[in-house]
Amino acid sequence: MLRVKSLFCERDDRVLFRNLDFHLSEGQAIQVQGSNGSGKTTLLRILCGLNTDYTGDFFWYDQPMAKSWPQFRESVFYLGHAPAINKTLTAEENLRWYCASRGLKNDISISQALAFFGLQGYEEVPCYMMSAGQQRRVSLARLKLTNASLLVLDEPFTALDKRGVQELEAMLAGFVAEGGALLLTTHHPLQLECPLQVIDLDKYNTEAEAQW
Amino acid sequence: MVAGTSMSMGSVILATIRRELLLALRSPGDVINPLMFFVISISLFPLGGGADTDFLSGIASGVIWVTALLAIMFSMDSLFRADYEDGSLEQLLMSPQPLYFLLLAKVFSHWLLSCLPIIILAPLFAEMLAMPDAGRMPLVLGLLVGTPILCLLGAIGMALTVGLSRSGLLLAVLILPLFIPVLVFGTGMVQAAMGSLPYTGLLSLLGALLIAAICLSPLAIGAALRISVN
Repeated sequence: MLRVKSLFCERDDRVLFRNLDFHLSEGQAIQVQGSNGSGKTTLLRILCGLNTDYTGDFFWYDQPMAKSWPQFRESVFYLGHAPAINKTLTAEENLRWYCASRGLKNDISISQALAFFGLQGYEEVPCYMMSAGQQRRVSLARLKLTNASLLVLDEPFTALDKRGVQELEAMLAGFVAEGGALLLTTHHPLQLECPLQVIDLDKYNTEAEAQW
Repeated sequence: MVAGTSMSMGSVILATIRRELLLALRSPGDVINPLMFFVISISLFPLGGGADTDFLSGIASGVIWVTALLAIMFSMDSLFRADYEDGSLEQLLMSPQPLYFLLLAKVFSHWLLSCLPIIILAPLFAEMLAMPDAGRMPLVLGLLVGTPILCLLGAIGMALTVGLSRSGLLLAVLILPLFIPVLVFGTGMVQAAMGSLPYTGLLSLLGALLIAAICLSPLAIGAALRISVN
């Protein structure tokens, strides 16, 4: 569904990656690896259309992305470093606005989604009163509400406790097994019950000199 | 299909307005501060300029308009700041719903919260500054049509500068020149009415500016926000 062709990105005169090619299809998971500052977040943001400092092409169902942004936005779920949770609003208000702003109509209710991430009884609690891990869980509860077929997750395991990590891994594996596509970065040793392809960005920034 | 889309569009707009009003209710400082600025600065003019009613009525329309304009500019900072910092802005930009209407709803809520109280208080201050009765109606009408333009234009400047940590002065330099036509037409309306001249022409000009701003500025705000999150 998503194909990336000879992607090149440079930041502050430093090549982050060059000649990056990969292909992500339904029922597949890709983990983007690399040391700090290797451009993992930048890559995910480029693919989501949030960063435009790149050259190269990418395609959504074999259509150039420039033409298929609307369809792409319908089917992608992005979770970045920032939790996208307004701290003065309660968990439920945050999620309700998320659903409304994306026009989502759900089979499961917001409180069910929160309960799945262990936050039953926290619906009415303002997010500034929650711990970092709980805020992350509110953020992740969107995974239950979205109808996206591609998940783009930037360090989703940050601040989660051990059980939370296991539950999220199980949930992501289930999502991929049902035909979803997953693209994530993490420094956490992943134990996904599904085939996982690894892209190491450190390998894509050095061959530059050899080519010139 | 068409009906379904428009219905969900309406609910998106309502949900956005609801969220902004809820946020204002939770942290009322963002709403009250610009209003207090408006109230305090206008109250200082009779004290500093003397209680001579001729002098005060001469400057009344200008004082109210300029203070309202500055209050709106100060209030702009809260428009995208929190969303930018907590990542909600990225989610907004990635929404499959038309960004145009989401942004319009956001700016409308901002207008409702920061400008409507100013417009309601304006006749009171007109009285305090000894403005003749004839000037009151065009003052309120002008503010009613003019302040949404200021909000829409200010939102463009704010969207461009939201990524910078100290954007206050830059914002002023960027958007104050754009505010000037609105200021000129708005005060012109009051002056015309006080001179027993018709002011509908100037009001129509403001109306035309408002329509142009509603049509075009959400596109500019969207483009500016995309640059800011880059």
